[in-house]
Amino acid sequence: MPEDMEVGCARPTGGPVGESVESQPLKEPASIREVTAMIQVGKKVPDFVAPAYQQGRFISVKLSEYLGKWVLLCFYPGDFTFV
Amino acid sequence: MSIDSVFVHKMWDDNELSKMVQGGIPFPMLSDAGGRVGRVFGVFDEDAGVETRGRFIIDPEGVVQGYEILTPPVGRNVLESIRQVQAFQLVRNSKGKEATPSGWKPGKTTLKPGPELVGKVWEVWKTEMAFD
Repeated sequence: MPEDMEVGCARPTGGPVGESVESQPLKEPASIREVTAMIQVGKKVPDFVAPAYQQGRFISVKLSEYLGKWVLLCFYPGDFTFV
Repeated sequence: MSIDSVFVHKMWDDNELSKMVQGGIPFPMLSDAGGRVGRVFGVFDEDAGVETRGRFIIDPEGVVQGYEILTPPVGRNVLESIRQVQAFQLVRNSKGKEATPSGWKPGKTTLKPGPELVGKVWEVWKTEMAFD
């Protein structure tokens, strides 16, 4: 499902997908609070694309490509941290 | 997903994680430079510049069924996350006719909410069942 990505010298990045998220100015703290209030149980998850590493491949992952499956999305502070 | 680049993800998997998990991490390790996605999910710590330990359960329709967010020094309980997914799957398969009471895990009694259960939960569910 995910496609291979061209890997160059620039660090690949992704981001939120879709009008409502993209149009939010993310720099002001007030609007950040607005954006974070979007996550609610029982409500649709905001879509995003992100570069990823999986089993020897650099890929681009779009959350909505996983519709039809259960997804456990985990955030963590950083690679090589201890917990 | 963390703010690390995919290159650092590879190095971590190659040099450390593959020594903990045979064959390395099987699922995609996502990169969120700048915390743009984490900010939308409310897990990006602006002061520290990293994501906190957010974990989201998303169902096949793309609906968030549950989440948990911890500060960095405390790790997650993976079995609890799996238990919650199993519970949400049971509820979904029953088309909402069954619910999982506190302490439920696969094989244990579920509740069938309806008029005849009102005031009668004490008969079918005992407090000890939250702890066994």
